[in-house]
Amino acid sequence: MTEEVIPAWKRWLEGIGEQCVFFMRFVRNIFTGGFEWSEFVRQCYEIGYRSIMLVGITSFIMGVVLILQLRPTMVEFGAESMLPRTLSIALIREIGPVITAIICAGKISSSIGAELGSMKVTEQIDAMEVSGANPIQYLVVTRIIAASIMIPLLTLIGDVIGLFGGFIAVNLTDDISLSLYFTKCMAILEFSDFLPAFIKTIFFGFAIGFIGCYKGYNSNKGTESVGVAANSAVVTASLWIFVIDAIAVQITNLLYYQ
Amino acid sequence: MDTAANIVEQPANPVYDKDEVVIHIKGLKKSFGSKHVLKNINLDLKRGENVVVLGKSGQGKSVTIQCIVGLLKPDEGELTVFGEDVALMSDDELKQLRNKIGFLFQGGALYDSMTVRENLEFPLTRVLKLRDQNEINKRVEEVLDGVGLLDAIDKMPSDLSGGMRKRVGLARTLIVNPEIMLYDEPTTGLDPITSREISELILNMQKKYKISSVIITHDMECARITSDRVVVMNEGEYIAEGSFDELKTSDNEIVRSFFKEQS
Repeated sequence: MTEEVIPAWKRWLEGIGEQCVFFMRFVRNIFTGGFEWSEFVRQCYEIGYRSIMLVGITSFIMGVVLILQLRPTMVEFGAESMLPRTLSIALIREIGPVITAIICAGKISSSIGAELGSMKVTEQIDAMEVSGANPIQYLVVTRIIAASIMIPLLTLIGDVIGLFGGFIAVNLTDDISLSLYFTKCMAILEFSDFLPAFIKTIFFGFAIGFIGCYKGYNSNKGTESVGVAANSAVVTASLWIFVIDAIAVQITNLLYYQ
Repeated sequence: MDTAANIVEQPANPVYDKDEVVIHIKGLKKSFGSKHVLKNINLDLKRGENVVVLGKSGQGKSVTIQCIVGLLKPDEGELTVFGEDVALMSDDELKQLRNKIGFLFQGGALYDSMTVRENLEFPLTRVLKLRDQNEINKRVEEVLDGVGLLDAIDKMPSDLSGGMRKRVGLARTLIVNPEIMLYDEPTTGLDPITSREISELILNMQKKYKISSVIITHDMECARITSDRVVVMNEGEYIAEGSFDELKTSDNEIVRSFFKEQS
């Protein structure tokens, strides 16, 4: 038993060490050599534009479902008019960023993990390295920065669509104009609701890009390792999103609500 | 394959010392866990020479050339390229060294999200830092013409056959005028005609531009065509060395077994 536990701990610690080294290589490569602008723009398109539909549909459904779930309780307390405000607080502060990040972890982190893993298996990364080109700069820096920029933007889009979904759900039973609905939504929101939520999505994006790149770049040279890299990227990125969220909430509470 | 000679405009090494040792390996050892892949490798590659390494699968042939370009670090032994110890090189020095070495991977290792043109432009813009698009286009077209694949310039790697991929891979490596070429089983998986064409292309490169090459292969026809010298590897050690014809009549049974099919 002890013999099994020690190698497991050793592997875990080695993994942490490797991730730190990978992070340092990423940071060093941001500032050295030329930035791969064309690949960065391509990644922004792949990560951002091609995820809008998925994030939009999910956020719309979340907006509808939240209103439908909240409504009976709110009606019981005679607080039906508070529905838009409640939804906007829940969506902007917590549900929007986390749902968008989780959806993107599934779509983007796995896709980056599989792509880089497959490049590793087919020796494309080795080919880049032995040719004297810099695979970290071309493959890793562009993807992580693109994810760190695109996830906050996707979250903003998702929040607006989620609120619109809430508007449709409210109108299933009540009659409220779009302008009045959005006025009510915005009335409750403060700067301290937007900013921390926006900042944490940058970290979510970084985690999604970083974990996907790390898992793919360091996958083994076998066909099954591509699947393992993709799967492991999703699981680890999702876990990190919740860890970052928990830390972000604590910091936000310390800064704004104490 | 006549057009192979046109691949690069200028000879890479117009003046050279044929006795200069460009790769020196002595007592090289490499293990993966408890598996000792390289036990005692000794090899000198002279400028302009083609050395073929023969050996069964899993004997560490590919590991040897991966050590040469610094993809793997040897556990023990000397390994110098152009007189510099690869194991002691910094990342920047390793990058400089890699600019002088071409490596043809078994499957070609083409970047599958890029077209053939973009694959060839990649080392020109990243390694040679060329910015003039006319110059880039000219070199890409020349090198593709050299391997007989100018028509495939805008195709994706997934649209190419195995032989075409290897030719594009070779073109991508040669476009930066390397001084040393390392070929990892360049003819594996190809039909005999294409294999012969690739082997002749390798030979032409060596003759025309004095590129020094290490060719790892199982293909005896490729070894016959390309080799100045053949080294036979068994269980992580080099067991015989000589010209193709010398080794054909070797007393060593393992060495002779490679030539059985050939005869």
